[in-house]
Amino acid sequence: MAVPKVMGTEIEYGITVRNDRDFDPISSCVLLVNAYREDHDAKILWDYDQENPLADARGFQVEGEKYTPNQQENIARNKTLINGARYYVDHAHPEYSCPEVTNVRDLVIHEKAGERIVEISRREAQALLPEGAEMLVYKNNSDRKGNSYGSHENYLMDRRTSFKQIVEHLMPFFVTRQVYSGAGKVGSENRAQPCEYQLAQRSDFYETEVALDTMVKRPIINTRDEPHADREKYRRLHVIVGDANMSEYTIYLRNGATALVLSMIEDGAITRDLTLRDPVRAIKEVSHDPTCKREIQLDRGAKVTAVQLQKEFLDLALTYTASRDVDPITRDVLDKWQHVVEALERDPMELSREIDWVIKKSLIESFMERKGLDWESSQTQMLDLQYHDIRPDKGLYNLLERRGQVERITDDAAITRAIHHPPEDTRAYFRGMCLKRYAPQVFGVNWDSISFAIEDEPIKRILMAEPLKGSKVHVDDLLSTSPTAAELVKNLRA
Amino acid sequence: MADTTQKQKGGGGDSQDKSSGEGGQKLKKKGEELKAEMDSLVDEIDEVLEENAEEFVKNYVQRGGQ
Repeated sequence: MAVPKVMGTEIEYGITVRNDRDFDPISSCVLLVNAYREDHDAKILWDYDQENPLADARGFQVEGEKYTPNQQENIARNKTLINGARYYVDHAHPEYSCPEVTNVRDLVIHEKAGERIVEISRREAQALLPEGAEMLVYKNNSDRKGNSYGSHENYLMDRRTSFKQIVEHLMPFFVTRQVYSGAGKVGSENRAQPCEYQLAQRSDFYETEVALDTMVKRPIINTRDEPHADREKYRRLHVIVGDANMSEYTIYLRNGATALVLSMIEDGAITRDLTLRDPVRAIKEVSHDPTCKREIQLDRGAKVTAVQLQKEFLDLALTYTASRDVDPITRDVLDKWQHVVEALERDPMELSREIDWVIKKSLIESFMERKGLDWESSQTQMLDLQYHDIRPDKGLYNLLERRGQVERITDDAAITRAIHHPPEDTRAYFRGMCLKRYAPQVFGVNWDSISFAIEDEPIKRILMAEPLKGSKVHVDDLLSTSPTAAELVKNLRA
Repeated sequence: MADTTQKQKGGGGDSQDKSSGEGGQKLKKKGEELKAEMDSLVDEIDEVLEENAEEFVKNYVQRGGQ
């Protein structure tokens, strides 16, 4: 029986400062992240003791050095927020990891709240820059010069499902889901074949099928085995084969269809052999074909289009859900998945309100046509970049949203609320509420723990190995009967 | 009652030709609306698009991330 698909995303943003000859990405990231202020100003550590990014899901430990910053650096680079998110500096990029949610509607709300938080801090940081300098932040994945930065999804999975099974069934799904999850890109890079426009930002960067790496020789399936939960029961599938999406509809479908396929893998419901002959080659071929008509080869010899493969997965999903109680959001995901796959078959450009790569392509083509530009023009490339600009007044996706030219899943009120409120049905609620109520006594945080420093007592670490425990239902009584952190710790022990 | 009568009158008077003519008009109107929408979108993009696109795009260089 599939485990509930608790999920979240981690987005690395692009950052630059114009008119600043001394621009340094790391110090700009530190400035940006620290410019974000919440009600408290407690200095809280990110608890690296709980992390092990070198554990490989195939059952071994990779040699390498674990990153553990000193205390001052740790505090300067990490912010845990009252909505349960982590906002931090990862290498040379600001990163926002949203709190754990149980469904794709909440995922959209919290990923979008992340964009707003980054924009709020960008405005604050901007005020601290020398005159003329301008900080710009992009929710995309590439500078189009061969440098890529990630946008990862995480899904809770049953430890009993073997990693081998996951790889086998997921590979063809991941190679082909870009027909609706791609964020679109003008041109190609990283020594890929030249093209005018392609579906996904990241597809030129996958060089191998399965591996632990995330920064070089990127794999389609990442093997990081760091569950951030009870490792006897769960894995956390760390998905690196995705783009930073602007469209709410695209985010919703991307995570919704993926979560469904993962449940199906856990329940043995992928009953067809859809293995691809050469996934690394196919992922680029699919991305480089905006007509969505190009065929890729299955291992058993037949040739199919990416859309046909998605249709196979959709068919299996419809069969899988037919005999089960399905919640309304999953039902809606299935409807949208069907709508999108059918439109992709007829004419992908029908999806110019729903799917990022189509929305962007349609916008660029309208502009090119009226201005007499081509795909090589600097202005065309500027449109591509500025689509991902997070500023409400300058970002081109945001412009389309304001004009009502894209489909939405949620609304501004829900997004604004999520800036200050954690999801109520996961442990993110407990994390967020502890920060709201007891910040001065919070010593350190990680996804599956929170520790308290109460006067001169030893540090108390509370483990949260169950992602669904610590929800509002579970802890509201505890919180309301614990006016102080000391009482909370005492009540937890009782 | 008056409503129904009016509708019936309107419906009864339509010839096949006239209704396809109306359809054509509708399509034309829709096309014009779309065009107007695109024009106003392009105008708005013009207002916000960064100047010196060539230099801007060239200078956007990131360090690789995950």
